[in-house]
Amino acid sequence: MSARTLTIVLFVVFVLITLGITIWASRQTRTATDFYAGGRSFSGFANGMAIGGDYMSAASFLGIAGIIALSGYDGFLYSIGFLVAWLVALLLVAELLRNSGKYTMADVLAFRMRQTPVRVAASISTITVSIFYLLAQMVGAGALVALLLGIKPGQTFLGMDAATAKIATIVFIGILMIVYVTVGGMKGTTYVQIVKAFLLMVGAALMTVLVLAAFKFNLSDLLGSAAEKSGKGAAFLEPGLRYGKEVAGDATQTFYNKMDLLSLGIALVLGTAGLPHILIRFYTVPNSKAARKSVLWAIGIIGVFYLMTLALGFGAAAMVGSEAITAQDKGGNTAAPQLAQALGEKFFGGTNGGAAMLAVIAAVAFATILAVVAGLTLASSSSLAHDLYANVWRKGQVTEGGEVKVARISAFAIGAVAIVLAIFAQSLNVAFLVALAFAVAASGNLPAILYSLFWKRFTTTGATAAIYGGLVTAVVLVFFSPVVSGTPTAMFPDSDWHWFPLSNPGIISIPVGFLCGWLGTLLSREPADAAKFAELEVRSLTGHGAH
Amino acid sequence: MSTDAPEKSAATPDRYEQVASSPEFAGLRSALRRFVFPMTIAFFTWYALYVILSAYARDFMGKVVLGDHINVALIFGLLQFVSTFLIAWLYARYADRRLDPVAEQIKAELEGGDQ
Repeated sequence: MSARTLTIVLFVVFVLITLGITIWASRQTRTATDFYAGGRSFSGFANGMAIGGDYMSAASFLGIAGIIALSGYDGFLYSIGFLVAWLVALLLVAELLRNSGKYTMADVLAFRMRQTPVRVAASISTITVSIFYLLAQMVGAGALVALLLGIKPGQTFLGMDAATAKIATIVFIGILMIVYVTVGGMKGTTYVQIVKAFLLMVGAALMTVLVLAAFKFNLSDLLGSAAEKSGKGAAFLEPGLRYGKEVAGDATQTFYNKMDLLSLGIALVLGTAGLPHILIRFYTVPNSKAARKSVLWAIGIIGVFYLMTLALGFGAAAMVGSEAITAQDKGGNTAAPQLAQALGEKFFGGTNGGAAMLAVIAAVAFATILAVVAGLTLASSSSLAHDLYANVWRKGQVTEGGEVKVARISAFAIGAVAIVLAIFAQSLNVAFLVALAFAVAASGNLPAILYSLFWKRFTTTGATAAIYGGLVTAVVLVFFSPVVSGTPTAMFPDSDWHWFPLSNPGIISIPVGFLCGWLGTLLSREPADAAKFAELEVRSLTGHGAH
Repeated sequence: MSTDAPEKSAATPDRYEQVASSPEFAGLRSALRRFVFPMTIAFFTWYALYVILSAYARDFMGKVVLGDHINVALIFGLLQFVSTFLIAWLYARYADRRLDPVAEQIKAELEGGDQ
């Protein structure tokens, strides 16, 4: 059996198992709480695993391993930012959100505010962040399929050439995520994410052990070989090859590059606790103590995973080499699967072993993408149905069954929109959308959440100002940045309308979001509702009246 | 029912303001804030220091300190993992001992009170 057949067989097995679980979950999904929050029945550990499955995207697994393999140490900066970020969620957000909210991020933001303006703003932000993230994942999946299935230019697979296979993959992944969400709701999605987290951890752990074994468990040797093979020497093990580059003789560009690194670092660490698809995971457990436990488990799982990215990335640099990696994919996204192949060949008997390992890891990569896109679709459809339809449009006058029906239709619509957008964007470089999603979450959502929970005087105007201010600033700056136009790797490489020098807007847009929330509050005509703040505080801290 | 009205909460608005201004609740609020605010500032500063050094102190980060290839940058990065795990553990312990018992007591009083 070829690697390609094995990849497909394994992936089909994953899809069948998860579809089975989804159908089983649909039988358990009767109420709105079941659909939106998985019946709040998951344990801290199960939800911790699901958080890991929701959070560790292909950008983490394939992306970081690829960046480390090609640019060395700089990829590790991502791993660290993605992990440290969880402390914001643990200390400031998870438990208070769990106690005071019901199904969506907007539940907490609108708690003591006028419902309509705040829910509309929160919903727009939720859908924007989720669609950005979704697009990056789906276009990424399309780009990966030809590589992971080894469809070379000029070849065909099941009668499809590489370009057709790309579109077919986007449609296939899109349909699957729609099925998971509409049929299984939060319960089905959660199980898909748990299974994926398990597979990803086992796959990464196996590769890590093999990489370390190949270097006789001597980390220094591994790093040494990686540095040597990269041709860049010691610089490969130090920051600076990719981010914060020093351009000789161009002090301005050097300054911008370093600012860009700081900007990325801040957005990574502050974005996580404002990502709607992460926030709604806290509602799937019975109480705030379980929410805390799930974040603790998530920190453990995610931390171990990001530690392993070091072995995967440097292992790929040492055992595959940048030439072989860039020959497959310039961005380095195939470094991890290529490393799997090399490890299989070394440890499991030649070509067949290599093909088997490649197939396993490629299937894990597809599972990874699926679990993340399902979470994103669920977050945006929940917000569309619960915030916009049920609370804004129908003012809460809607039956539970009616609301869930709208949520299912929303998931279908969002999924369809995502498929169409991804097909249009498939040949564009949209990898920056992941960083943009984090920047929007950090600039708009996080200020609104923190002010809501901790600042007594915060008002409706402040909340909408923070969300729109942060969202618009981040999106506008990126639109006029070098990642959208004016550079060879931009989304539109042939045009140039950029004037903002940084690729990451966070260093400007995050302070702007916080400032807008503060100014909006000072300038509002209506004072904050002191009684509602007392209620929010008592409920969020004690768990009284929690859903 | 799909609005955000508290379903199980039978307490009246007055009752919440009463509880919010009680010394017990003030103690819980300050116990929480006393831990999470300084800790947030601490880990954020520690992380920012790491990112700033990565951008501006390349020579320092490149210094090899262990074996032939393990440099300050790698150690510093790994220490970010250690500090994250440590803070998570400290918070779990603190919340268990200092926050949960008080929160549960206030909740019990609220729910056993004027229903």
